[in-house]
Amino acid sequence: MTTAQRTALPSVARVSRTRAGVELKEFFRQRESVVFTLAFPVILLLGLGAVLDYDLGSGVDFPQYFMAGVIAAGIVGASLQNLAIHIAGERADGTLKALAGSPMPKTAYFVGKVAQVVAVTLATVVVLLIVGVLVFGIDLPSGGDWLTFAWVTVLGAAACTLLGIAVSSLARNARSASATVTPLALVLEFVSGVFMPFDQVPGWLQDVAAVFPVKWLAQGLRSVFLPDSLAVREPAGSWELGTVAVVLGVWCVAGLLLCVATFRWQEGEGR
Amino acid sequence: MTRSTATRAPGAQPEQLTTPLDPDAAISIRGLVKRYGERAAVDGLDLDIRRGEIFALLGPNGAGKTTTVEICEGYRSRDGGEVRVLGVDPAKGGRRWKAELGIVLQSGAGGSQLSVRELLAAQASYFADPRDPDEVLELVGLTEKAGARGRALSGGQRRRLDVALGIVGRPRLLFLDEPTTGFDPEARRQFWALIRSLRDLGTTMLLTTHYLDEAEELADRVGVLAHGQLAEVAVPTALGGRGTAPAVVSWTEDGTRRSAETTTPTAFVAGLAGRFPGEVPDLAVSRPSLEDVYLKMIGDRP
Repeated sequence: MTTAQRTALPSVARVSRTRAGVELKEFFRQRESVVFTLAFPVILLLGLGAVLDYDLGSGVDFPQYFMAGVIAAGIVGASLQNLAIHIAGERADGTLKALAGSPMPKTAYFVGKVAQVVAVTLATVVVLLIVGVLVFGIDLPSGGDWLTFAWVTVLGAAACTLLGIAVSSLARNARSASATVTPLALVLEFVSGVFMPFDQVPGWLQDVAAVFPVKWLAQGLRSVFLPDSLAVREPAGSWELGTVAVVLGVWCVAGLLLCVATFRWQEGEGR
Repeated sequence: MTRSTATRAPGAQPEQLTTPLDPDAAISIRGLVKRYGERAAVDGLDLDIRRGEIFALLGPNGAGKTTTVEICEGYRSRDGGEVRVLGVDPAKGGRRWKAELGIVLQSGAGGSQLSVRELLAAQASYFADPRDPDEVLELVGLTEKAGARGRALSGGQRRRLDVALGIVGRPRLLFLDEPTTGFDPEARRQFWALIRSLRDLGTTMLLTTHYLDEAEELADRVGVLAHGQLAEVAVPTALGGRGTAPAVVSWTEDGTRRSAETTTPTAFVAGLAGRFPGEVPDLAVSRPSLEDVYLKMIGDRP
């Protein structure tokens, strides 16, 4: 008659651990994703750090300023770009459909993705800090700045993870996701003061950037890597950490709502 | 037939009666309707698939095969009718229900970085009582490829991996959607042997295929879908009245090919034998092939 009550299904926690292992292997074994996501910000840091050489005052050189920006770019790459591209690919090749037809708890899939983002973000940040210190002699954050570093990174990565999952539904496949999301991320990074001092971005573009999370992520990270004397060059004349937390938090909520509204386990019903 | 008030095929005449859902069937469908816009892809389908049988669903593209199967798998919603798969409405099936099913899809393994064994172990971990991944690899003949990644597999090997992923959870009901498309004849033979060994393990199977010889070889019963309805359900040898259809006897006489339709081919051939001194030249007795009756069936309908 109805399904027999055999042994109990594995717990959500156990399947989540399996999924985390699957996601880590999928990422770190694929050369393209490792180069694109992990090595790209390192190359940016080495390239721009060596070429651009201007003094921002208070004894801050470009690499020290750029550290905040390139870490922001690394976080966006590990979360938003990585997930948008790979989930679009998994939807196009039927991986998601197969998972939806299996008794895998759906939560476990997302836990696996979050584990992947955490691992890739951590690896990116650590590699960038090591390169920054060894090659450019940047000053590491001190004392309470580490705490700010941690919460800004976590909140920014969370917002971008949710946005990445939501954006994946807009693309037909991994290639089209890459073609859409990569330029979008680069534009957001340009207008958010990632590659150049934010006060050199035209005012109206600063206003546009202020709508999106990347600007606030970068600003929060600048507060970590730059001396407080440079806070006057921010639009509000301060680091606005409270606003950073609020805007990133609002983007987390918005991203979550978008995910719930748009996430699909298979291509649209056809035939 | 008993009167049923709950499950009447939409569009059916009011006096036309349907039997109630069969609670003992692996799959029981009554009056299934699915529309895409104005077009009804499935239009009042009734079907029962017994536990333990291999049922083949045949039909041309657009006849509603994929839609019907995907509704049973829980992938698509329906617009009308009743469906029970292992006693559960697929629209409401939870994890425990899914753990009783095996679904063989076209895999995404080609893009995966995991090895065949890792993919299988991950899939097994979603189930309560999975088969040992190494035993499954043995069963599908992929033991040597256990360490290979998806992209290193040939088309036939990848399809066997799909089947391995479908059966590792020890399903009671297995869905096979065009499983041997792209196989060479040798690979198909091996695949058929695999399906038969699964049947011996008691697995019920719903198979869709374009290959009539495959349906004839494997299926206990076949159903022919045309225009969103079942044109006929029968054992393969009886489909379209094949078993009782007139045989065609043909031979060569006076230098020309002759043939005759007869319901008593044995007597007819005995008569022929009397007219020739020795062997009847080029004697052949044939019954309509499954393909003949199938093509007639899907062509006959409006």
